[in-house]
Amino acid sequence: MAVQTSPIADEPLEPVEETVVTEPQAEIHPDVALVERAKAGDTAAFEQLVRQYERQIFRTAQHITQNREDAEDITQDVFFKAFQKLDQFQGNSKFSTWLVRIAVNESLMRLRKRKTSKTVSMDQDVETDEGSIPRDFAEWRPNPEQNYSQSELAEILRKTIAGLPPGFRTVFTLRDIENLSTEETAAALGLSVPAVKSRLLRARLQLRERLSRYFRQNKEASK
Amino acid sequence: MNCTDFLAKLTDYFDGQIDPALLAEVKAHLGTCHHCEVVVDTTRKTIDVYRGAESYEFPEELSNRLRAAVMERCRASGKLRDIAVKSSCEPTGK
Repeated sequence: MAVQTSPIADEPLEPVEETVVTEPQAEIHPDVALVERAKAGDTAAFEQLVRQYERQIFRTAQHITQNREDAEDITQDVFFKAFQKLDQFQGNSKFSTWLVRIAVNESLMRLRKRKTSKTVSMDQDVETDEGSIPRDFAEWRPNPEQNYSQSELAEILRKTIAGLPPGFRTVFTLRDIENLSTEETAAALGLSVPAVKSRLLRARLQLRERLSRYFRQNKEASK
Repeated sequence: MNCTDFLAKLTDYFDGQIDPALLAEVKAHLGTCHHCEVVVDTTRKTIDVYRGAESYEFPEELSNRLRAAVMERCRASGKLRDIAVKSSCEPTGK
């Protein structure tokens, strides 16, 4: 399978680059008015935008970096950078997508810093065939997550997604957890739509295989 | 359609981006292949469980601390109006 090289691999995308993603609806998003007020220096408007998206940005950063302290720093940096570059946001994409794109860039840069001698990129480890073909065909228990406490389940999910290569983890986070469209995910990561679909498939299948160890009907194999 | 063909269409199937003729083939395959049926079911549950769970805590204290730090940096940049700083503590819509 051909793997497209991401511009993120060697050169971080400028967060101010806004990719046009056609939205199906023509309605003006309420964020547009907040952004305009914030551009004019309105503190309350910008604070409202931070309030609305801080959880999503923190979660995205933590999913990608797998580190809580990094996620805290990144969340601060993302909003400060967004504030500095507000004039360059033209409203061609959703404000939240623009923020997520900054968060992805910051998170990948943080990963690179952590691994000083190796390049960490969207392309890392994606050429592996591991997990691309299903092997586990066991059915899961009904509502399997209910067999675990909230904290146990959170631990299982964290451990499971942490095992994915960053390139898969990031696509899954944006597409399936943060609910970005395939096109928005592609734009945020500087990837083609087919590349996003390919990585998403493999991410989903790998996670499925790993979760199956906990959720399958065969109780002996569940823990 | 065999299992490999089916797998290649799985993402489009989940995302509802599949043309009707192909969808009919996919459904026909699912009707005869228990393995693929399990893969669809458990992959869907995988997505649902991640989407429904809050894997990382984001307590109020953290939220307040991060937002205060962001706003302080923004104010220090000098781009925010003094009058607007005051209005952030007041009800909006006046």
